[in-house]
Amino acid sequence: MEEAFVFVVLTMNATIRVATPLILCAMAGMFSERSGVIDISLEGKMLGAAFIAASVAAVTGSPWLALTAGIAAATCLALLHGFACITHHGNQVVSGVAINILVSGLTVVLGIAWFHRGGQTPSLEATARFMPISLPLSEYLADVPVLGTVYSRLVSGHNLLVYVAFLAVPLAWWVLFRTRFGLRLRAVGENPKAVDTAGISVTWLRYRAVLICGLLTGIAGTYLSIANNAAFVRDMTAGQGYIALAALIFGKWRPWTAFGACLLFGFLNAVAIRLQGVPLPAIGEVPVVFIEALPYLLTVVLLAGFVGKAVAPKAIGEPYVKER
Amino acid sequence: MSAPPAELPRWIDIGLIPVINICLALLVSGLIIVAIGENPFAAMAIMIRGALGYGEGIGYTLYYTTNFIFTGLAVAIAFHAGLFNIGGEGQAYIGGLGVGLAILAFDSSLPFFLLLPLGILAAAAFGAAWAAIPAWLQAYRGSHIVITTIMFNFIAYAVMVYLMVNVLIKPGQMSPESREFADAGHLPFIHEMLAGIGITVTPTPLNLSIVWALVCCVGVWAYIWRTRWGYELRAVGHNEAAAVYAGARPRHIVVAAMCISGALAGFVGFNEIMGVHHRLLLNFPAGYGFTGIAVSLMGRNHPVGVVLASVLFGVLYQGGAELAFEVPTITRELVVTIQGLVILFSGALAYMSTPWVTRAWRALLGWRAGAAVAEEA
Repeated sequence: MEEAFVFVVLTMNATIRVATPLILCAMAGMFSERSGVIDISLEGKMLGAAFIAASVAAVTGSPWLALTAGIAAATCLALLHGFACITHHGNQVVSGVAINILVSGLTVVLGIAWFHRGGQTPSLEATARFMPISLPLSEYLADVPVLGTVYSRLVSGHNLLVYVAFLAVPLAWWVLFRTRFGLRLRAVGENPKAVDTAGISVTWLRYRAVLICGLLTGIAGTYLSIANNAAFVRDMTAGQGYIALAALIFGKWRPWTAFGACLLFGFLNAVAIRLQGVPLPAIGEVPVVFIEALPYLLTVVLLAGFVGKAVAPKAIGEPYVKER
Repeated sequence: MSAPPAELPRWIDIGLIPVINICLALLVSGLIIVAIGENPFAAMAIMIRGALGYGEGIGYTLYYTTNFIFTGLAVAIAFHAGLFNIGGEGQAYIGGLGVGLAILAFDSSLPFFLLLPLGILAAAAFGAAWAAIPAWLQAYRGSHIVITTIMFNFIAYAVMVYLMVNVLIKPGQMSPESREFADAGHLPFIHEMLAGIGITVTPTPLNLSIVWALVCCVGVWAYIWRTRWGYELRAVGHNEAAAVYAGARPRHIVVAAMCISGALAGFVGFNEIMGVHHRLLLNFPAGYGFTGIAVSLMGRNHPVGVVLASVLFGVLYQGGAELAFEVPTITRELVVTIQGLVILFSGALAYMSTPWVTRAWRALLGWRAGAAVAEEA
């Protein structure tokens, strides 16, 4: 019993680690898409931020500078996306694909030119990273049955960016649904013409949405390379940006449901790693690739409207042209 | 895609502006090369020499070109129907699976001239089927095709890994590859065919499928611009509501366009599996599906443009490999970077230069008109 409980706690712990970048990216995508700008470049922004953060951390040894640089990198990419989609009315999907491909090439090109390690950045010392934080009393409470274990092994002991990700969800909810800015942002994704008629700049609103997206993907990328790992490895995002996009859609473009989807997909991943080669009763051995592909499959099924219905913001993907 | 302003003459719109966009992409690529401390002109010279300077280089360039023609056409035909097919990668993967299964089943019993059409049909059928599901979901269930095709790329990957590792692997070996096809299941290499008529060239992976790629170009051109179906397809792509009034059935057209698109992407499997590797293996689509997006955007969704853009990307791929070999600080990923820039400038920012060009063109016209007036006076 005790053993099973520890197993559950450890799996949940792994879930949190895997879900953190997904949560940040899903919230990022939510701001962008709720304002009417499709963002399939979550992957590219996260990868770019991961690379720049790891590079800066390797050179300066400061995680805070690295975080700033990571956010700056992702924000630059977000501005590029905004410049193409908002200013020049370009195709948003094409722009996203361009950014993803550009970054996947550029990070390796620059990585090899700067560090000569086949695209990796040097391994970071603990002081250059965001290390796990022990919350107050966690050692003291560790021996308390159940609650103590949960507190000291599940709630405590993560790095700062994990807590940032979990705080980002209520914050995103509050901004989107309880502030004037959020109301306008949602309105611009549904009916930009009405927002424009009310005398509010569609362009500036969408740029702000895209900037928030850059900020959050920047934190996600930084988490990957200097908090969860100790270096940047080529293509280290490995499709997590797309999984976050899937989670956002699976969560129907809402903060709490998207958060739930991120936890679910993170949990699937954590379980997939643990189930490697373990036969399950009645089903036999489940190939790990299928558990990994499950988020994509679930999203397709949901989008097809077989389980509930995901309705995108109405004006998503349409550039807003003021004068006809 | 937003339409360009109508007042520019056609040659500027389809000739000059794409060239400006490519030049911008190459300019930024050059700056990147400068930033990593190399000489962009020297790099370009190495690339061109490596891709076109000798027989082996040309063979590899055309082999890459073959794949880009298939995926470029696939993206282009979907664009004409107003659809964005990002799923070329997965469709190529599953198309290759189709070729592999067909040849593995029949290579001992059928001769080459039957296996050839069988391979083409299998690639087309499997690729089309993999594209048909997102198409059907878009047409009948309203799910967004961009998202579903992205998801299907990952699902295709999972399916292939499972099949190769657990089912199709040749017994008694570690690497997930099937057994090699019998000789009847090989497409002839171009160097073999040339040797048959007495011309000796260096062996390269270039094979008969490049001929099929060119046939597909003609076929796609004829389909889009010379058939009723192609007309309906373009009508739906331009204005779905108007097309309905004209009697087109958008749902059928969406599914048909995506099936053709998927079949074309599936032919990458035909080239790779039947033409080059002669066995089923993992990771053979190697990003060709994504490059197809750049090829199609650069070629303005026209088969002639697709062929030209494919040759350019063939040069970039082969030249990039040569460059990475000769200059240690530069890697093959530079080509991926250039590809991203091409998609950015010829796709997302396609009309960024239009206002400037329009202004310059007007100034030129005004200057000419002024000169004519001065001459009369």
